[in-house]
Amino acid sequence: MQDEQTTRPMAIRFVMTEPIDFKESARRNLAKPELRENLRRATSHSLASRLEAVSAVPDWEDLRLAAHAIKKETIDHLAEYLEQFEIHATKAGCKVHWAETAPQAVECVVEICRQAGASMAVKAKSMTSEELELNRALEASGIESLETDLGEYIIQLAGEAPSHITAPALHKSRAQIGRLFAEKLRVPYTDDPTRLTQFARSALREKFRSATVGITGVNFAVAETGSLVLITNEGNGRMCTTLPKTHIALMGFEKVIPRFDDLQVFLKLLARSATGQKATSYVTILTGPRRPQDMDGPEQLHLVILDNGRSQLLAHPHTREALYCIRCGGCLNVCPVYQRVGGHSYGWVYPGPIGSVLTPELRGIQRARDLPFASSLCGSCSHICPVKIDIHHMLLWLRKVAVDSSATSGWERWIMKMFAATMKRPRLYRLMRRFGWILQRAFASKAKGLRVPAWSLGRDFPPLARKSFHQLWEEGEIR
Amino acid sequence: MCRVLKRLGVEYSYRSEQTCCGQPAFNSGYHREATELAERFLNIFDPAETLVAPSGSCVSMVKVFYPQLDLSERARKILSRLAPRVFEFSDFLVRELGVTDVGARFKARVTYHDSCHLLRELEVEEQPRRLIRSVRDIEFVELDDMQTCCGFGGTFAVKFPEISVAMATDKIAAIERTGAEIVVANDSSCLMQIGGMLSRRKSHVVPMHLAELLAQGI
Repeated sequence: MQDEQTTRPMAIRFVMTEPIDFKESARRNLAKPELRENLRRATSHSLASRLEAVSAVPDWEDLRLAAHAIKKETIDHLAEYLEQFEIHATKAGCKVHWAETAPQAVECVVEICRQAGASMAVKAKSMTSEELELNRALEASGIESLETDLGEYIIQLAGEAPSHITAPALHKSRAQIGRLFAEKLRVPYTDDPTRLTQFARSALREKFRSATVGITGVNFAVAETGSLVLITNEGNGRMCTTLPKTHIALMGFEKVIPRFDDLQVFLKLLARSATGQKATSYVTILTGPRRPQDMDGPEQLHLVILDNGRSQLLAHPHTREALYCIRCGGCLNVCPVYQRVGGHSYGWVYPGPIGSVLTPELRGIQRARDLPFASSLCGSCSHICPVKIDIHHMLLWLRKVAVDSSATSGWERWIMKMFAATMKRPRLYRLMRRFGWILQRAFASKAKGLRVPAWSLGRDFPPLARKSFHQLWEEGEIR
Repeated sequence: MCRVLKRLGVEYSYRSEQTCCGQPAFNSGYHREATELAERFLNIFDPAETLVAPSGSCVSMVKVFYPQLDLSERARKILSRLAPRVFEFSDFLVRELGVTDVGARFKARVTYHDSCHLLRELEVEEQPRRLIRSVRDIEFVELDDMQTCCGFGGTFAVKFPEISVAMATDKIAAIERTGAEIVVANDSSCLMQIGGMLSRRKSHVVPMHLAELLAQGI
């Protein structure tokens, strides 16, 4: 249980006045063998399921292209589609609220809860609500907020933040969850997933009955109909949208899609990319609150549409494609860095490659200086992305932004200047090589080569050859 | 590489003033430095009809990333002519020359690591495998997770040495599981990472560039 205590305290995420120290957190998390094993097992399982599901779809590449094109069309004409959506949603009886900042969104949700006379809210999984640190805010206002997605429920019990976009408790093993439940729910220890789920279910069921407010995220918002679409697996989402009298949905403004027909493209891509399912267990489409003839549904439906830095992203041509993200978590699973350091190392709500684009853009590059560099640029993120976001090339671009805004060290700047100066002078370059060779002969052991700071941790430095290609050429050996 | 090209009857030359394409600066976000080196590179190679490099990474820099730089009009002109004629070594042999067998003989159990830039920026996947497979007496065996990064990533390797080493550790384990005597990669950066760790672990597996393997076999 020691491991779980060392994740970042939830309080730093919201205000985020301190820069994220990815390097340090990553180093700490790398040194936890149990975490490494949990991450390895979970990500390789997800990737294997995804691969199987994707291989069965012959037109997968066409679907990716289609999804990219729809997102591009939407984001290029975002204001129009949002306006269209608002008109249709309002007509259907949904109350639409706009929030420019996280505090505004929080205030809006708290106010709706107050008006509904809520002392408790049940919550389905929503990454947008994590941006707001909504649970803390609600509790500070005297409203109990209960996560009902199993993964979210686990980390709420543990007092942690999600470590993955779709699998928030991915960093925990069954045994760790068993111990957590035994401690917090006072149930007998087990690591059997079915029994653990039953414990959670019986703890949650009663809460569903008594909650007056249900809070959910949104996967897609259809402009032409004003519908909200929720993709879930556990049924808790549907309980949150039907049992309480008031339903509050939260979404970032990029969730809108133009047409109802577009939905089929995303449904095919999202389930397969996230969990390797052909379809998730529940696809909930909500158009307005309960109508007189309906059997169930909330009396009031509120939607809070959030900006929280997204306008910045929209304004940057090199990174605006990050708004195409449908939050499948595929790039996290496939990222060799994420696989080893886990989501908590990234310091804010969105981890992994897409998080390394979103966090610097939404929170400012100065607070997330390490993130664009926390990638070997292998490109597997862009390769797997169901909407073809060019994630690793965006990281490259953000590195330039970091350099241009003086977010890199003076030492590094100097090295790069010297590097370029040397490479512009072939004779100097050759002289340096010669110098390196002499240095190597003088100081390096034959077997190990030169010791180079940082590099020599775990690796030897390859010895410089006696003769360079240039020398061999000049001497006519390889002409 | 020269030995193989010579064997295939390709006429080649070398520009002695060449140094670096500028990728280390570009990948670290230093576009000004990268642009200076790119301009220089393009001027030097302007007279070339075709440009072959034994590195997917350098070739990606020219073909994929040079267009993103703020180049002069002149450099841009050279680039638009030259870019389609820039090849990675294995790609040049297989796609451009139509050669998959260079007539080499090499008795060893060999595995191949896909270099990220070569695989995902240039989409060169089959070419090196075909060249390896056609070497006489060679026993080719695929690596588990052959398309997973070895953890080099340029300055990443020294900015985040612990992560980089953790990635390399898994790569080395996969290489050792194959029982291969030689691991081939087509980029000096991957070879430096994989080779550096093999050497530290005193492993018997030898890292080798494809060109080296072919040259030794002919």
